[in-house]
Amino acid sequence: MPAIEAEGLEGEFKGGLKAVAGIDLAVEGGEVFGFLGPNGAGKTTTVRMLVTLLRPTGGRARVAGFDVAEQPARVRQRIGVALQEAALDQLMTGRELIELQATLHGIAPRSVRDRADTLLERVGLTEARDRRVGTYSGGMRRRLDLAMALIHEPGVLFLDEPTTGLDPVSRLTLWEEVRRLKDEGTTVFLTTQYLEEADQLADRLAIISAGRLVAEGTPAELKAEVGRPHLEITLTESSDPAAARPVLEGFGTLEPPTPDCQLSLRVQRGAADLAPVVRALDEAGLHVASLQLVEPSLDDVFVAKTGRHLEGASQQPEEAAATAAGDDGRG
Amino acid sequence: MAAAEGAAPGLGSTVSALARRALRNSLRRPQFLAPLVVFPSLMLAVNVGGLSRTTALPGFPHVHGFLDFQLGAALTQSLMLGGVSAGIATALEIEGGFFERLVAAPIPRISIVLGRVLATGVLSVGQALYFLGLGLIFGAHIQAGVPGVAVVLAIACVAGLGFGALGVMIALRARNASTVQGIFPIVFVVLFISSAFFPEKLLSSPADAVAAYNPLSYIADGLRNPIIDSISLSRAVDGLLAATGIAVVAIALSVVALRGRLGDT
Repeated sequence: MPAIEAEGLEGEFKGGLKAVAGIDLAVEGGEVFGFLGPNGAGKTTTVRMLVTLLRPTGGRARVAGFDVAEQPARVRQRIGVALQEAALDQLMTGRELIELQATLHGIAPRSVRDRADTLLERVGLTEARDRRVGTYSGGMRRRLDLAMALIHEPGVLFLDEPTTGLDPVSRLTLWEEVRRLKDEGTTVFLTTQYLEEADQLADRLAIISAGRLVAEGTPAELKAEVGRPHLEITLTESSDPAAARPVLEGFGTLEPPTPDCQLSLRVQRGAADLAPVVRALDEAGLHVASLQLVEPSLDDVFVAKTGRHLEGASQQPEEAAATAAGDDGRG
Repeated sequence: MAAAEGAAPGLGSTVSALARRALRNSLRRPQFLAPLVVFPSLMLAVNVGGLSRTTALPGFPHVHGFLDFQLGAALTQSLMLGGVSAGIATALEIEGGFFERLVAAPIPRISIVLGRVLATGVLSVGQALYFLGLGLIFGAHIQAGVPGVAVVLAIACVAGLGFGALGVMIALRARNASTVQGIFPIVFVVLFISSAFFPEKLLSSPADAVAAYNPLSYIADGLRNPIIDSISLSRAVDGLLAATGIAVVAIALSVVALRGRLGDT
């Protein structure tokens, strides 16, 4: 049984605005599932329905085996949620907050402190545990938020843009944690505006646009849908590009070269074609000055599926973090 | 991971945990706590300093001093401000998203309301002790002694629950702190059309008629009676009933407001 499944899920607001217009999803247990979409696409509404913060107006969804509309309390017991804005009580200390969260999840009082200490250590907040959250950096708050979502060892974890605005170190720390959770068998439903993040972490991903899913699959499958990789080749001055064309035609389809190269060859196998191509050119007495494998990116997928770039897609997380104020990462 | 999801926590443990958190946060937020004692204390000082000869008016009850009479009014005012403070704290939680975190937890959702209300009730006991202590320092007498203090604390606590619930209900409806803050002047208006500051007999018409039906009159009189006289059972019961009535109605309204806010989720 999938850990998360939705059939014709709809979310309509008062006034008739249909934010989610009937989506089907199936996330298997232990999977990291990336959920991508531009602002206003219905991403957050979908997450809010799956975590029982919003009642679906159509279709059905089951999370951890329970119907989100009929058994919301059961769902809440079995999921961890770290929402987009780390909504933490700034007057409380990290330890107080995580202990409160433990109590609210029915963890026995005798186990609360041990569990809290273990998780605070896991996210690197042991030294800061008795400081008020108001003094934490953005990265620390995100890590505390994650620790709170994990306090009851949920089988399904929802992370809504967990690294938005974080510095590179904090981002990598969270990525490591997501990978560790996957290794431990936790199902992770990850929304992100960073395509690189989805590419790095997600086993499969879905793209939502205007309330509908427009693509779903593994990152490799989705990239393959929009095109195969190609080699950009530039030869040394002593080698004639025209002489290279019949050699290269045996490996794929030659395309008009870009301004950065003399020859552009669309290949079938990607990196596996590199060595044979170089060897064939060498045997023909043609010498390579530069060779680059260019693969379709998730941004290409996104553009192909939605007709637009994802906001921030051209901005790497590092750049985004540099522009985000008030974050100094671990501390 | 993915091994030991928590069980559903009980209502009692959840309310207790949320009340402890709310109380602790109140004490850590002096800008919210100070008005509960500073404004009523200043008003008490102004009234006692400028109106002390009022006690000589015909029909004014026999009291040791005007301070003794005004302590009940100051405490009632403080308790009402405690309700405003509870409302602002709730609204800030809604604005800041912490409320949503609570909603996403597998807790009985009524505990979100009850935790805050219970904290306000406990805080009310502290407010009562503060005003009784202040009065004693400045020469007031508590005529009914220790049993009288117990009566004051009991009425204050129940009234605090009611005012806290009213504040939470308004916050759940308004969803923003500035609107809740806007009810601050109403506290004074409602208080002035009660017998909190002056005996009902000395109020002119129609204020006296309004005061007779204003539950705050019964709460203020119930708080005042053990300070200025021996315990009157009828005044104590009237005070407790008025406070309980407000508490029951306000808690019910705040639960309805919570359900409305959450929809069917």
